[in-house]
Amino acid sequence: MIALVPGLLPTCTAKQPQVKGCTSGSRKNVGCMFLSLRTTMRLLTHNMLTSHVKGVTNGYPLKLQAENIKVMSVDFNPEFVARMIPKLEWQALVQAAESIGHLGDLPRELVPEYESNEEFLKMAHHVLMEVEVIEGNLECPETGRKFPIKNGIPNMLLNEDEV
Amino acid sequence: MAAPMCSTGWRRYLLWLAHDHLEFRIPEIQSIALAVGSQMEICDSDYDLKSHPFVELRLPSEEDARKIIGRSFLSRCLLELWGTGQTAEELHQVLRDYPTELSAPYMRQDTSFRYHVAAFGKTLTMRRKRDLIDALDFLPFQGRVDLKNAEHTFYILEDYGDDPTKTPEEPYRTFFGRWIGDGQRKLIDKYSVRKRHFIGETSMDAALSFVMANMAAARRNSVVFDPFVGTGSLLVSSAHFGSYVMGTDIDSHIIHGWGRSTRHNKKWRGEDENIRANLRQYGLEHLYLDVLISDAARSVWRPCQLFDAIVTDPPYGIRESSQRLGTKDNNFVREDDCELHNPTKTAYTLSDLLTDLLNYAAQHLVIHGRLVYWLPVYRPDYSEKILPRHPCLRLVSNCEQVLSTDISRRLICMEKVKEYQESDSAEIVVNPYREHNAIRDKYLLLAKEKKQKQRTREDTHTKTKPSEKPTEES
Repeated sequence: MIALVPGLLPTCTAKQPQVKGCTSGSRKNVGCMFLSLRTTMRLLTHNMLTSHVKGVTNGYPLKLQAENIKVMSVDFNPEFVARMIPKLEWQALVQAAESIGHLGDLPRELVPEYESNEEFLKMAHHVLMEVEVIEGNLECPETGRKFPIKNGIPNMLLNEDEV
Repeated sequence: MAAPMCSTGWRRYLLWLAHDHLEFRIPEIQSIALAVGSQMEICDSDYDLKSHPFVELRLPSEEDARKIIGRSFLSRCLLELWGTGQTAEELHQVLRDYPTELSAPYMRQDTSFRYHVAAFGKTLTMRRKRDLIDALDFLPFQGRVDLKNAEHTFYILEDYGDDPTKTPEEPYRTFFGRWIGDGQRKLIDKYSVRKRHFIGETSMDAALSFVMANMAAARRNSVVFDPFVGTGSLLVSSAHFGSYVMGTDIDSHIIHGWGRSTRHNKKWRGEDENIRANLRQYGLEHLYLDVLISDAARSVWRPCQLFDAIVTDPPYGIRESSQRLGTKDNNFVREDDCELHNPTKTAYTLSDLLTDLLNYAAQHLVIHGRLVYWLPVYRPDYSEKILPRHPCLRLVSNCEQVLSTDISRRLICMEKVKEYQESDSAEIVVNPYREHNAIRDKYLLLAKEKKQKQRTREDTHTKTKPSEKPTEES
């Protein structure tokens, strides 16, 4: 389970703001007021994402720029981690973890017989599931297009002129 | 149904199905058997399995039987079948012949037991129930009777048929069996949308969400993905079975949980109304991976096999509009200096949506992974040819839920059977989904016609009563 840290939660009892008929401009404020630290993006997701900007040939991996990171404890499930590892691009994971300073002791190369190596799986679990990005950007390595992560949710929408 | 030869050593079980979503019941139980990794044979019967509430199964072990019934949302209970007969005498004879080596462990002196009498299609009187139990006096039960905490429960189950106008005096058939387990229908209330923290206009009801998760064979440590996630009802049901869940949606408001609340007594959504909070409500938060804002028409995933199942309820335009990014004209309005620019969305025809979904599934599912989705259907148009196809996907089941005389939706379940290649793409042989809002337009036209008919009828019948203000149809 995710340990909820009470101090991190918005303390204001968030009186419902009047956003009636608001434009996209004024919504910016609402986003800040609603800043709940309880949704976040994991590095596992980052590893699966690629840039889909039109015409990009090499859009992987996205550069991760994190402004706000949270480390929370999540139930360790060795079977799940072992199942996910073959689906990962290991180098991209190492790079991403390093770029936000959370590589820890994670080996740069995938160790053989990792399925039965609980210590290794625990480290992988920590990086994949417990390091979470709350605010930041995902940047396309080829075009430099930035996809913002707000409130722990990456917004991968392109603009209408980029589709 | 093909008659499989019953394997030796397998026991007979009787599945009592709930009288709900009839077409879905057998595909559900078949998918569950797959999800729990059990083999299963459905025995031949003279009845139409689509409407008959009793199905005989053969299963390799009691453990498998327990696992299967423990996931079913369209079953009432599962019995180890000891005997069945069209008359009381026939049943009693069968029970007398039941091998003692099979019955003895449950009749020993140091056990406790009880009878439970139930009927389909009739309410039994206490007297009738007592008579049925008394008639079984010849069974050599030696344990003590315990009505509350019996170790073994035995069902006497009578079938009076599903036609309430023609209930016979005597049952068509009586079953006798040892109770193995109940279906999970009690959970439907626990997971009810009424009690859910975060809901939207089109949140899927709890029972159908579970049926969909079962069809997708969602299981422990698998990854389930919903590309039209909305408020995450399908993620909740998949996570209930131990799957890790992910979703995307084009609507940033719903993903962040902003804006007006769907509940009638609440104006705005609360600060933590989001999918993660829904999972937390049921103690499933550790299975939440992520949700993103993304256009289902453009895959944001690395081109590889990531998901064990894709379970989704696509927007087909009646209550939730089908949209993708883009504009019709090239008139791009971009508010500079606005971080939260909301790109224009344009019509997404169902035809494109469905073929995209199948292509997406073919690319990102693992082999034997499943795609489960709803297909809206204008019933007079329906034939197998309107079902979207893909060379990598095999149709597993196709169950209809009738919504009105002319509109229904079909729960389509497909399995990936072949590795994806660039040249493979989805097709719809006869395509009624080409126009934007094809189904919506039909739906609204039908509603309009119906209203007109009603109005003319009202006019001719009663001139005295002032007609009520017509309510707006969505």
